[in-house]
Amino acid sequence: MDSALDWHRLHFAFTITFHYLFPQLTMGLALLIVVLKTMALGTGGERYNRAARFWARIFAINFALGVVTGIPMEFQFGTSWARFSKVAGGVIGQTLAMEGVFSFFLESSFLGLFLFGEKRLGKAGHWMAAFLVFLGSWLSGYLIVATNAWMQHPTGYASTGTGDLVLAGFWALVLNPWALWQYAHTMLGSVVTASFVMASVGAFYLIAGRHADHGRTFVRVGVISGLAACLLLLFPTGDGQGKLIARHQPVKLAAMEGLFETQQGAPIAIMGQPDTEKRRLDNPFLIPRMLSFITYQRWSAEVKGLDHFPRDEWPDNVPLLFYSFHIMVGLGTIFIALMGLAAFALWRGRLYDAKSLLWALMLAAPFPYIANTAGWLTAELGRQPWLIYGLMRTSEGSSRAVSAGNTLFTLIGFMGLYAALGILFLFLVEREIEHGPQAAPDR
Amino acid sequence: MEILWFSLVAAMFAGYVVLDGFDLGAGILHLFVARTDAERRGVLRSIGPVWDGNEVWLVAGGGTLYFAFPALYASSFSGFYLPLMVVLWLLILRGISIELRNHIDSAAWKPLWDVVFCFASALLAILFGAALGNVVRGVPLNAQGEFFLPLWTDFRIGPEPGVLDWYTVLTGLFALVALTLHGARWLILKTDGEIRERAQALAAKLWWAVFACTVLVSWITFQVQRHIPHSFHERPWGFLFPALALAGLAGVRFFGERKRELRAFLSSCLYILAMLASVAFGMFPYVLPSAGEPKFGLTLYNAATSRYGLEIGLRWWIPGMLLAGVYHYFVYRHFAGKVKLEEEGY
Repeated sequence: MDSALDWHRLHFAFTITFHYLFPQLTMGLALLIVVLKTMALGTGGERYNRAARFWARIFAINFALGVVTGIPMEFQFGTSWARFSKVAGGVIGQTLAMEGVFSFFLESSFLGLFLFGEKRLGKAGHWMAAFLVFLGSWLSGYLIVATNAWMQHPTGYASTGTGDLVLAGFWALVLNPWALWQYAHTMLGSVVTASFVMASVGAFYLIAGRHADHGRTFVRVGVISGLAACLLLLFPTGDGQGKLIARHQPVKLAAMEGLFETQQGAPIAIMGQPDTEKRRLDNPFLIPRMLSFITYQRWSAEVKGLDHFPRDEWPDNVPLLFYSFHIMVGLGTIFIALMGLAAFALWRGRLYDAKSLLWALMLAAPFPYIANTAGWLTAELGRQPWLIYGLMRTSEGSSRAVSAGNTLFTLIGFMGLYAALGILFLFLVEREIEHGPQAAPDR
Repeated sequence: MEILWFSLVAAMFAGYVVLDGFDLGAGILHLFVARTDAERRGVLRSIGPVWDGNEVWLVAGGGTLYFAFPALYASSFSGFYLPLMVVLWLLILRGISIELRNHIDSAAWKPLWDVVFCFASALLAILFGAALGNVVRGVPLNAQGEFFLPLWTDFRIGPEPGVLDWYTVLTGLFALVALTLHGARWLILKTDGEIRERAQALAAKLWWAVFACTVLVSWITFQVQRHIPHSFHERPWGFLFPALALAGLAGVRFFGERKRELRAFLSSCLYILAMLASVAFGMFPYVLPSAGEPKFGLTLYNAATSRYGLEIGLRWWIPGMLLAGVYHYFVYRHFAGKVKLEEEGY
């Protein structure tokens, strides 16, 4: 860690990882609030409106944290990655600017109306405000994923004589096939987080014997949407992304899977510790031929291992990439099992009394956050050593003018500030959960 | 096409200054015009539904700058690394103090956020003013179009300036008084009772401070950046902008004394917009002048992306900003009128 480059990377990794803890709940919860508001419209019952209001209070806190931690991201492209910004700004600046113009104005305008205007807007108007907040946040998700997708799989650009990249095809940039799969996968991950959080709060109310009526609603909505999203995460979106990676980023696939040697009928490793010095996976727990099958649908297909690629094109942190990927997939599998069991119990009418399942649901809430973070780590560590895949190395993109000392200074500042923000967030959300949906608004 | 995009980006940042300017100003005045908890809630309610949308202008403006003038974005954001990070921290503190203050009704909670809100708003106003001062003064760009400024050096405008020198501190203080007046006009428009009376008393005094600063800082600016008088000399029609600014400032006083509150607030908007337009006109075609070798200066031509990118940009920018205008109209109309203290959201 002696070069400014490493500090820039850590800086960005830290601020973006912390930031994404909030939007993943915002986007998923925006959908679930629309679901609750729709149920309120459909049944005419005040119960669902009260539930929606409860979640809107948590949404507002979460949204505020997402906004304040999101503004730095837009600036950090320039502050820490000036050479990258100069070269690529003409292309990815498009999607970033569109995010501001199309989503943030929409989201922020109607969030104000949604939070402050329920009485004046009327039932349908308030539903519409909730829907537009949802639309804004999901549009923002698309444009930011499209920006990342361009770095994973650049499309729609041309190179000028000076080495700068300029836009050559607008639709090729916006409808990048990589973005479509990545978006679906990312948004489902966000729905999983929101579903687990909702089910967790519901399970807490049922176990603690408080607000049981709302507890049942939260568990029901959370389990149904959670199961649907978990299954879609695996197939088709996870599978679709995996196939894109196999085709366009085979070295990332090899590193994710810890496959050091090219082989026919490659096994899949469930666990193990990659040793990049000796080029082998220690203590492997393998399922024979499985990797060949899920990648190419043939048991004997050849999968390229890391040995097929020059060392300087390997992702520079193979072990962390391997663990991130396996944590994501492992947790995803457990989510399907848990939500499947809970949905089965719900169908049989036994879930609300099944103590052990409710306990599991209550305690499960942090894990989708871990899985989503691990998923992004997989995408981004696997993109290394490239900043723009195949076009620009990460080492060529940082700000030359900013020294390691200055970067560390601001990194420490962000760490302190974000630690305080994290504590405040947990404290305030815990209070809202304590108050519960029955309590009168306290402001 | 480059000139058009320069105008659009400048308009977005000007929109940010006018819109977020009044809630920054309200924040600066927060501790002084609102004493009781109910009054402070009143100040916050007057900006609560809109401040977030106002801040989007900064983000959207930053994004638009990024795609239209990538070289400028890269150079200035990395060169102003430290002050930008401080701005980000202040924006974070200010945002959470607005949003979190009313979550807990306790004397051991609210006053903390009131102070944070006021402090962060004031410092942001100063930093934004200083930022503009830096752009006017110029920065030590090298042949690659890069530079790095420490926060301060010896406070002189020398070959190695800091972000803060005597000139940029002055422009920072100018921004502080101008935005405080702007915020006072907003509070007079949106509130009743004690808050309004205190804001009115302050606005009357602040007006003279803003007037004095306008004259003084403009004169100094003409000495610091010789390109500006040169521009006005070359294209005298540009005097329209300072004339409009003076008209706006006169309007603030004229309508303010006659209790035409909306007109007084709009005059304040005109004043700020015309002042920024005067700077942009004076600097043209430079977007970031060099403090040393003039030829290293970034202009809107050498910092822009390709023609094709700019043309495509127009096709989504125009409908997108029209939509944003519709949202703003809807929100401001919905929350029009004086803030009533008893009405609460959640």
